[in-house]
Amino acid sequence: MIHLEKRAEPSQLWAAFTPVLAVILTMIAGGLMFAALGKDPFEVLRTIFWDPLFSEQFSAYSRPQLLVKAGPLILIAIGLALGFRAGIWNIGAEGQYIIGAISGAAVGLAFYPTESWLIYPLMVIAGATGGWAWAMIPAILKTRFNTNEILVSLLLVYVAEQLLASMALSTLRNPEGNGFPGSRNLSQYWSTSNPELITGTGMHLGVLFAFITVIMAYILLHKHMLGFHIRLTGESPRAARFAGVNPTRLILICLGTSGALAGLAGLFEVTGPAGQISIDFNVGYGFTAIIVAFLGRLHPVGILLAGLLMALTYIGGELAQFMLGLPGASIQAFQGMLLFFLLGVDVLTNFRIRIGHGGAK
Amino acid sequence: MSDLLLDIQGLTKAYPGVVANDDVSFTIKKGEVHALLGENGAGKSTLVKMIYGLVRPDKGQMHLNGEVFAPSEPRAARAAGVAMVFQHFSLFEALNVAENIALGMENPPKQRQLAKRITDVSQAYGLPLDPARLVGDLSAGERQRVEIIRCLLQDPSLLIMDEPTSVLTPQEVEILFKTLRKLRDEGTSILYISHKLEEIRAICDAATILRRGKVVATSDPKTASARELAELMVGSTLHQPERVEQELGDVMLAVRRLSTASTTPFGTSLKSVNLTVRKGEVLGIGGVAGNGQDELLAALSGERLSTPDAVTVDGQPVGDLAPNARRCIGVLSAPEERLGHAAAPDMSLTENALLTGAQREELTDNGFINWGKTREFAEKIITDFDVRTPGPSHVARSLSGGNLQKFVIGREILQRPEVLVINQPTWGVDAAAAADIRQALLDLAAAGTALVVISQDLDELMEISTNFAALHHGRLSATRSCQGLTVDEIGLMMGGADAA
Repeated sequence: MIHLEKRAEPSQLWAAFTPVLAVILTMIAGGLMFAALGKDPFEVLRTIFWDPLFSEQFSAYSRPQLLVKAGPLILIAIGLALGFRAGIWNIGAEGQYIIGAISGAAVGLAFYPTESWLIYPLMVIAGATGGWAWAMIPAILKTRFNTNEILVSLLLVYVAEQLLASMALSTLRNPEGNGFPGSRNLSQYWSTSNPELITGTGMHLGVLFAFITVIMAYILLHKHMLGFHIRLTGESPRAARFAGVNPTRLILICLGTSGALAGLAGLFEVTGPAGQISIDFNVGYGFTAIIVAFLGRLHPVGILLAGLLMALTYIGGELAQFMLGLPGASIQAFQGMLLFFLLGVDVLTNFRIRIGHGGAK
Repeated sequence: MSDLLLDIQGLTKAYPGVVANDDVSFTIKKGEVHALLGENGAGKSTLVKMIYGLVRPDKGQMHLNGEVFAPSEPRAARAAGVAMVFQHFSLFEALNVAENIALGMENPPKQRQLAKRITDVSQAYGLPLDPARLVGDLSAGERQRVEIIRCLLQDPSLLIMDEPTSVLTPQEVEILFKTLRKLRDEGTSILYISHKLEEIRAICDAATILRRGKVVATSDPKTASARELAELMVGSTLHQPERVEQELGDVMLAVRRLSTASTTPFGTSLKSVNLTVRKGEVLGIGGVAGNGQDELLAALSGERLSTPDAVTVDGQPVGDLAPNARRCIGVLSAPEERLGHAAAPDMSLTENALLTGAQREELTDNGFINWGKTREFAEKIITDFDVRTPGPSHVARSLSGGNLQKFVIGREILQRPEVLVINQPTWGVDAAAAADIRQALLDLAAAGTALVVISQDLDELMEISTNFAALHHGRLSATRSCQGLTVDEIGLMMGGADAA
C-alpha cells in the first residue's frame, strides 16, 4: 500500500527537482503516445527538442524563433505570476495582449507617414495602457461588485477578438491594401518598427524587455514590501489583512500590472514579428503564458526557463508536424502532458511517499 | 467477568522525528471516569486517536472487554462501542441538530423518529436541546451537546472527551459534569482528556499522566493535590507569575459605543461596546467562544474600521485607521488563530517577523526589505522568548503551537507596545510556556502598557487581570474589579445577565 505523508516543511530539493522530473515523465509518456501513433518516439523527441536548435537543416530558421516565441510568453507569464502568487486569477491575458497591440498600432498609424524617434515610445506607452485598461475592467468589477475575475477576464478575450477583427476590417485597415483585411505593415516603417537588435538571433526589444521584467519581478517579489504583501496574500489572506494589506489596492495593482505587461507583449509583437494588425493576429500566447507561469513555479527565473522550454516545444512541435506528419493535436496533447505531470509531481514537494502498512489513513 | 473495560499494553507510535507514544500502558475500568493528563505535545491526542481507530499503533496491543481490539478505522471503533467528542466540532451550521446527527450515523432513522430519540436522550441526561434548531444559531456549549448526544445515541461503553470544558461557562461545566456522573453511574466508562487540574479532581476516579509520550504516573486525583499533579505533568516546579501591585496611569485606550456588523451569516456583530484601559492595567475579557471575541480584536487592531471616535488612544481618535497606522502609534495585537492569521504557515519565521514588525522595527527602506535586520529581529524574538526552533529560516507551521505562540506574542512585546490586545494568549500552549507568556504580559503592564487580554480560560484571566468584563452575544458587560469577584458572578456576566 502506498500512502502520502505530509512533510513538516516543504522540501527545497524536491521543489527544484520536480520540474526536471516532470519533463522526464512527459518524454516517457509522450514517447509512448508517439509510438502508439506509429512513429519512432526517439525521432519525434529529437525533432521536437534537438533539431530546432542544432540541426543544420533547420536551425538557421528555428533558432531565432526560440526568442521570438519565448519573449511574449515570458513577458505575459511574469505579469500573470504576480497575480497568481496573490491568488488573483487573470485568465484573460490574451485579450489584454490584443488590446495592447491595437492601442499601440493605432497610435503608430495615426502618425503615419511622419518619421520621428518619439513615435515608438508613445506606441509603447499606448500598448501598456491599452492592456492595463482592459485588465482594469475585471479589476474594478471585482473590487466594486465582487464579480469573479476569472470569468470576466476570460470572457473579455472574446470581446477583444471581435474588436480585433473589426479593427483589421475597418478602422485600421490599410487604405492602400487593395481592400484586403489588415493594417499597414508597421515593421516596414522605421518609426514604428521593432527590428531584430542582433541579426539572426530573434532578439528584439520585446525580448530584451522580457528579460528586464524577469529581473524586476525577482527584486519585487524577494526584496520589496509590495512583493512580500503579494506572497503573503496568496499564502494566507487573513494574515495579509492583519499585516495591513489593502486587498482592493492589491487586486488593482496585480491585475493592472499583468494587463500592462500583456499589452506590451502585444505591442512588441505587432510592430515586430507579426508586423500588422490582422484578424488572426493572436495565436494564444496569453493562454500558453498561464502554463508557462505554473511550469516556472510562479518564480521569475523559473518562468524564464519555462518560457524557453515552452517555445521550444512549439517550434519543435511544428517541425515534427511537417517533417514526420504528426497530427497537430498530438503536439497539444504532449504539451498538456507537461502541465499534467508538473502539477502531479508537485505533491512530492509537500508530501513524501511511504510504501508499506501503518500510519494515518 | 472482570471489571476491566479497556486494557492498553505497550502502545508505541512514532512520527518522523518524534516518538508520540512510547510504550504506553494503562487500564480503564468499567464505570470509571479516567483522566488522561498531560501538556500539549505529551501525546494525548495520538493515544486517543489510536483508541478511536484514526491512527494505527506501530507496536502494542489493546483489549476491549477481554477481546483483542485493533480498530482499523473510526467506524470499527464505533461498532465496538467507543465514541468520541472532539475538541473541535464537525457540524454544519446551515443544517439543524437532527440533520447533523443523522449525517454521522450509519443507518439514520427517519427524521421524526430521530428527533424523538434526540429529545429522549437529551432529557434523560439533562442536556436540553431542540432537534429542529439550526446549528448555526447554537452556542458553543449547545453545539457540544449535539456532539455528545450524537455519541450517546450509539450507546457507547467508552466515551472519549477531548478538552470538553474549553468552550463552556462555569454553569455549563456543572451541567456537563452532572451528565458525565449519570453516565458513569449507568456503567459507561469515560476517558477524559484535559490539562485543567481542578476539573479532573472534581470528576475523575483515576488519572494517567503522560509526559513526552511516556506514562509517568498513575494516581488518584481525589487524593493528590493539584500542585502534585501539575508537577508530575510538567516534570518540574511551576513558576507562578508574579504581580506587582501598582497605581494605574491615565486612560490609554477608550472604546465608546463601538458597533460593527457581522460579515458572515453566523458571525457575531459587536453591539455598542464600551471599555477603557489605563496605563499599566490588564483588562481581562471573558466569554464563551463566538460571542464577539474575534470581532473585538479586529476592531481594535484595525482590521475592521469603525467611526473615528469609537476607538481613541491617548485621546486621539483612531477608529478609522488601518492596522499599520495603528501600529505606528503603538497599538499592537495578537489574534487567536496563530496559523493563518497571526502568522503565515508556509512562510519562514523571518518573514513572519516582518509581517507586523516592518513599521516599528524599521525593517524597510523606501519599501525595500532589509532582510539582514529582519533576520536579526526574528532571532531576537527566538532568543528572548525561548522559541524552540533550529533557526529563523524554518516555516511557521513546523513549530509546535506553544512555540509559535511564544513567537507571535514575543514579536509584539519586543515592539514596545503602548496598547496590546491579545486574544487567547495561551490557547493550546503547555503549562510552562503559558506561565512564561503570562509573566511577560504582567511585566509589560508593570512597564506601563495598557493590555486587553481576551481569553476563555477564566483561571488565566483571574491570574493576570486588574479588571474583568465579559462578552455575550457581541455585548460587553460592565467592567468589574477582579478582586472579590466570585465564580458565580463571572458565570452570570458571561451569560449576559448584567450586560450593559
